[in-house]
Amino acid sequence: MEAVNEQKNVARGIDIESMHRGPKVNFADETICLETKDFNLFYGDKQALHNITMQIPKNRVTAFIGPSGCGKSTLLRCFNRMNDLIDTVKMQGDLLLDSGEINAPSVNVADLRRRVGMVFQKPNPFPKSIYENVAYGLRLQGVNDRSTLDKVVESSLKGAALWDEVKDRLHESAMGMSGGQQQRLVIARAIAIEPEVLLLDEPASALDPLSTLKIEELIYELKEKYTIVIVTHNMQQAARVSDYTAFMYMGELIEFGATDELFTNPAKKQTEDYITGRYG
Amino acid sequence: MVTNNSQHISQQFENELQDIRSHVMAMGGLVEQQVANAMEALITADSELAREVISLDEQVNELEINIDEECIQIIALRQPTASDLRLVTGIEKTITDLERIGDESVRIARMAINLSEKDRPKRNYRELQSLGNHVRGMLRDSLDAFARFDVEMALRVAKEDREVDAEYEGILRQLMTYMMEDSRHVSRVVDMMWSARSLERIGDHANNICEHIIYLVEGKDVRHLSIEKAEKVVKGEPID
Repeated sequence: MEAVNEQKNVARGIDIESMHRGPKVNFADETICLETKDFNLFYGDKQALHNITMQIPKNRVTAFIGPSGCGKSTLLRCFNRMNDLIDTVKMQGDLLLDSGEINAPSVNVADLRRRVGMVFQKPNPFPKSIYENVAYGLRLQGVNDRSTLDKVVESSLKGAALWDEVKDRLHESAMGMSGGQQQRLVIARAIAIEPEVLLLDEPASALDPLSTLKIEELIYELKEKYTIVIVTHNMQQAARVSDYTAFMYMGELIEFGATDELFTNPAKKQTEDYITGRYG
Repeated sequence: MVTNNSQHISQQFENELQDIRSHVMAMGGLVEQQVANAMEALITADSELAREVISLDEQVNELEINIDEECIQIIALRQPTASDLRLVTGIEKTITDLERIGDESVRIARMAINLSEKDRPKRNYRELQSLGNHVRGMLRDSLDAFARFDVEMALRVAKEDREVDAEYEGILRQLMTYMMEDSRHVSRVVDMMWSARSLERIGDHANNICEHIIYLVEGKDVRHLSIEKAEKVVKGEPID
């Protein structure tokens, strides 16, 4: 009987087994890249993050969503120690990258940021040529060999889906590019130094819908090589680009789960209220 | 919305969803009336009433199209998620079943017209009437379950479908005996068989509506499962 059914399906060109039901990802099968354990963060006396315990899988896109001030950007910035720049910040608990403590005194912050790249809401290209923007990180590392730089610039721009648009004007100023192009340039600059993790803080919120779609498409391609963590206010965007979603509220992690599950049948009422646009 | 007691920040969205729900209830009410009238026409040989059922089907169809349009608008303009999304897709499926129930009442009404011109059996369709009452009860309860988003009630209705199926089988056997006893009854009995078949289908559609309710309230898919398995799925227990 089963063999007959199988034949029928093959005859119709349908492989029912491969048609997926339920979430596309299985957390149990993931390798963990970033991890927090009972993580607390204070700005002076004010506690901004409360006991955050979560694991972010490798080579997946994880989205942080939540209302303004819920702590999602604060948490994102911890992963490459951007909060070091704020004097009043105090942290407790574990914050791990590949099981190594990010805040350990032995960690060289410049090295950490080489492993954990970041892209911000507003594109921030340097007032230099397109080429020099992408080559900047390597030059800082002391790489000046022309052919190496050429190769990295080309592969990074291709990786950021920008090469075809700029290959004939690599030595023109990056400031003349459109917002969407600038944002992809910044991503190219971030991936030129081959980080392990890319942190994206509202990478598309200042862009038009078409540029936004290009960035989203890019994120989809980039996850093959990088672990991506994205903060976004646009829930549809989180739903489209991410494999996992974390919903945060008032500095707490309310729910973390597979995105397709969280957006169709969230476990917590607070998540449900937020994503369906209700008063809590 | 009832599956989630909090109000939407957008009052307009809230109103749109309320409107769709009340339109589904209105459609359900009309379809319920259609089934009741078709049965009445069948039992009492009222071909006038049967014709009314047939002509009212247009309204059922129109309601289906309008509600469908409203759902598509909400999906396009509001991008509903979670319980809102399940509500909208659940409604889309529910109205398909309601429209088909409307079609089945038209079939019964046609049989009622045929039968009104033929000899009446002595017992005057007692078994069909009993099956009809049973099925109407299922339909009413499934609509109540929709109005209250009542999963317990939806499961109870789904359970009844089994009884309806058994009752239908019984009627078929009985009607076949009639045919064998006297071949002059064949044409009448075939019409009765069609009516019984339509009633049994209405029970199936009511059962489907209950499955949609369970999905839109709980987010759990219980289609094509036995009632025992469906109950386990609703309670979150493992099946197999």
